[in-house]
Amino acid sequence: MKYSYFPGCSLKGTGRAYEESLLPVLKVLGVELEELDDWNCCGATAYMAVDEVKACVMASRNLAIAEKAGHKELLAPCSACYLVLNKTKHYLHESPVVEAVVQKALRQANLTYSGNTPVRHPLDLLVNNVGIEEIKKHVKHPLKGLKIAPYYGCQIVRPYATFDDQYNPTTMDRLLEAIGCTMVTYPLKTRCCGGSLTGTLPEPGLLCSYILLKEAITRGADVIATVCPLCQFNLDCYRDKMKGKWGHETIPDPRNKDARVPVGPHLDIPVVFFTQLIGLAFGLSEKELGLQRGFAPMRKPACAQRQSAAA
Amino acid sequence: MELKRTIKYESDRVKGFGREVMSVPGCEQLEHCIQCGTCSGLCPLSIFMDYTPRQVMELTRSDFKTEVLRSTTIWLCASCYACTVECPKQIRITDIMYELKQRAIHEGFYPKRFPIPVLAQEFYKMSHKRGRVTENFLATIMFLKTDILAALGMWRLGLNLLRRGRFPLKLEGIKRKSELERMMAVVDKLSIDALNNGHQTGGNGGRQHGAH
Repeated sequence: MKYSYFPGCSLKGTGRAYEESLLPVLKVLGVELEELDDWNCCGATAYMAVDEVKACVMASRNLAIAEKAGHKELLAPCSACYLVLNKTKHYLHESPVVEAVVQKALRQANLTYSGNTPVRHPLDLLVNNVGIEEIKKHVKHPLKGLKIAPYYGCQIVRPYATFDDQYNPTTMDRLLEAIGCTMVTYPLKTRCCGGSLTGTLPEPGLLCSYILLKEAITRGADVIATVCPLCQFNLDCYRDKMKGKWGHETIPDPRNKDARVPVGPHLDIPVVFFTQLIGLAFGLSEKELGLQRGFAPMRKPACAQRQSAAA
Repeated sequence: MELKRTIKYESDRVKGFGREVMSVPGCEQLEHCIQCGTCSGLCPLSIFMDYTPRQVMELTRSDFKTEVLRSTTIWLCASCYACTVECPKQIRITDIMYELKQRAIHEGFYPKRFPIPVLAQEFYKMSHKRGRVTENFLATIMFLKTDILAALGMWRLGLNLLRRGRFPLKLEGIKRKSELERMMAVVDKLSIDALNNGHQTGGNGGRQHGAH
């Protein structure tokens, strides 16, 4: 089946590695994508704070273009895009008045919105359309022994639980287990990373991200797997600042349960997209998967041993 | 030492504000808030807020417009929707926060150099003008408009991003920008109509909200 593909702004900028790894992985699995013609920004969380109706118009242009493209479904890998597009669909369904405005605006572009194109997330597609068994068939180098903290973030499970459990989502856990990884218990898997606050008000924003990193480290993870370009950015790119603020805090020593060590050096835990891990297991190269773009780079399967040796 | 009155007076209320917010699609359930505080307990950012989310809900419902629109709470909401999904009364707290943010921007209720509303408005402008947002340019504009010193403190992050190919050097944009402009013009026209209607009926047409 062929899907319309809505990359969104982040996947062309700071979150390039997500697109770079998603496309080859889907190619291996025989999923065809066609990038949405002349797609525009979904509006994310910032736009809605200025004008909600215009936000709906922005988002619906993409939905209407997808309908015109004629593929049955629209794939939106970025959590913010995924939520905004789905939220717009809900909003248009609930409010005929807003829908009338949107339709009127769309007519200016010879577009129309019927609401018949579901917006899907790659996790949903991989687990429910491609299937875990099919994915297993393509694994060339199982990532045996690699301990993962699966971090889902907010917006793919809230406010709508569309394809996974709202409180304890497991689609990414199942996918990564299928390629050989081990999941650590990570109770914060849907806690907020701080979103855009890390850039605007670092004090509260960075604390949100730091809590997530620290918990993953304490739980013994080698790598944090993410599904969202903003979560990935927040956890990956502000480590210097976090080390300065909280690097002196202590965590249980991984080698000696009775001792405690400063968290600072451990904050360099790789934070990758789940698609990068799947790509590695499929035997794709690090470069092809954009792994060099991480601030704490992860090396190929040997990573597991390297991590424990470093610890 | 400057002393401020901490207890609200009846006269601080802007009568009708709560009703107005609760009439916006998606915000209706606020009427049924039982002040249980689940939202405040769940919110990962409430520890930094001047009013907790529970307080903002009551202040809104009780017409304390100035307090609500000046609060840091609405801007600290990072849209994680934790409160919304847990609210026993199905109040869409995150959406109400969005509604309040819009009102605070439209009515000029935020400190001039406060970065969050500045970012929101720059995001709005860039996505209109270009059809797409290039994050590093957006962040740079925000820093220049709010805190140039903070911008200087980000040089290292910028350099690290640049080295890893995550700092685009040109602005992204769509091809059919005029199409988007025409679409937005439709909404602008409707807002003006709605405003006029509001004035004629003596209602509270003080801001756009599309078509109601």
